[in-house]
Amino acid sequence: MADDSLFEFLHMEIVSHVYKEQESRGENDKERGTCVSILECMGFRVGQGLIERITKDSPSFKDELDVMKFLCKDFWTNIFKKQIDNLRTNHQGTYVLQDNRFALITQLSSGKQYLEEAPKYLAFSCGLLRGALSNLGLESVVTAEVSVMPACKYSVCVSVL
Amino acid sequence: MSRQSNRTTDSKKMNSELFTLTYGALVTQLCKDYENDEEVNKQLDKMGYNIGVRLIEDFLARSSVGRCHDFRETADVIAKVAFKMYLGITPSVTNWSPAGDEFSLILESNPLVDFVELPDNHNSLIYSNLLCGVLRGALEMVQMAVDVRFAQDTLRGDNVTEIRMKFIKRIEENLPAGDE
Repeated sequence: MADDSLFEFLHMEIVSHVYKEQESRGENDKERGTCVSILECMGFRVGQGLIERITKDSPSFKDELDVMKFLCKDFWTNIFKKQIDNLRTNHQGTYVLQDNRFALITQLSSGKQYLEEAPKYLAFSCGLLRGALSNLGLESVVTAEVSVMPACKYSVCVSVL
Repeated sequence: MSRQSNRTTDSKKMNSELFTLTYGALVTQLCKDYENDEEVNKQLDKMGYNIGVRLIEDFLARSSVGRCHDFRETADVIAKVAFKMYLGITPSVTNWSPAGDEFSLILESNPLVDFVELPDNHNSLIYSNLLCGVLRGALEMVQMAVDVRFAQDTLRGDNVTEIRMKFIKRIEENLPAGDE
């Protein structure tokens, strides 16, 4: 029902708002987390909700790798209209997901310009991944890095309970 | 931005949920950041304004709508083209004032409030206030100053969602408008 572009506009504005707020509050507010963690937390909640809706009628996953493959294919396609381009793992709980044209940063640049700004736009999607994994029973730490726009790499470390 | 024109209804529905859930996370965060509902309403309106001033470009690029000649035409375009394009709903345009400068958009369903319930301590929160800001910002970019507010809201017990839009004045072309 809602158009794709609405989410992109909303996301842009959320990032802008969070950083403007942080600036206006200055250093007085030490209890508040950094902007990145706020964005990541929002993504976490959304990821939890989305994965529930998407996997409502699917059978349970065989193993961790199956879960990661699902995230790379169906989950990512549902959200960003394309799959993760590359998935690597050390088979010991660490996965690297590579997206060569990440939808939320393609419009920013296609080289080295704005490289420092890129992480702001990745925080939400890190949260999406962490939230999705959380509701599938896997606790994880997700970080992202960009070396050349618009490609980005997510590192997912699944903790063993 | 380029868009694919063929989508299955499933993926469109999923995207609606992405937007709805993200909006919900935003409102939740704002409620945490600001002590009272009035502040949250103001922030939502401001953010909506910033989105609206950009959304209008996207809208004009993708629809083949030309310049509107009067406020009635504007109302029709908003309801039948814009809302349909972005939210997949077509509100009805009613309750015109005698002077023809004020009307209501009646939304039978509001995609923003899927899965949402307002808790008791947020009685004066206008949950979908972003929409008011978007409409205001978008119209300002086409030289119309309008006042937009919610007259009825299903989240607060009304049967329908009603957005009241009032034309204030035509903006002169050389007035620069910036983000708030």
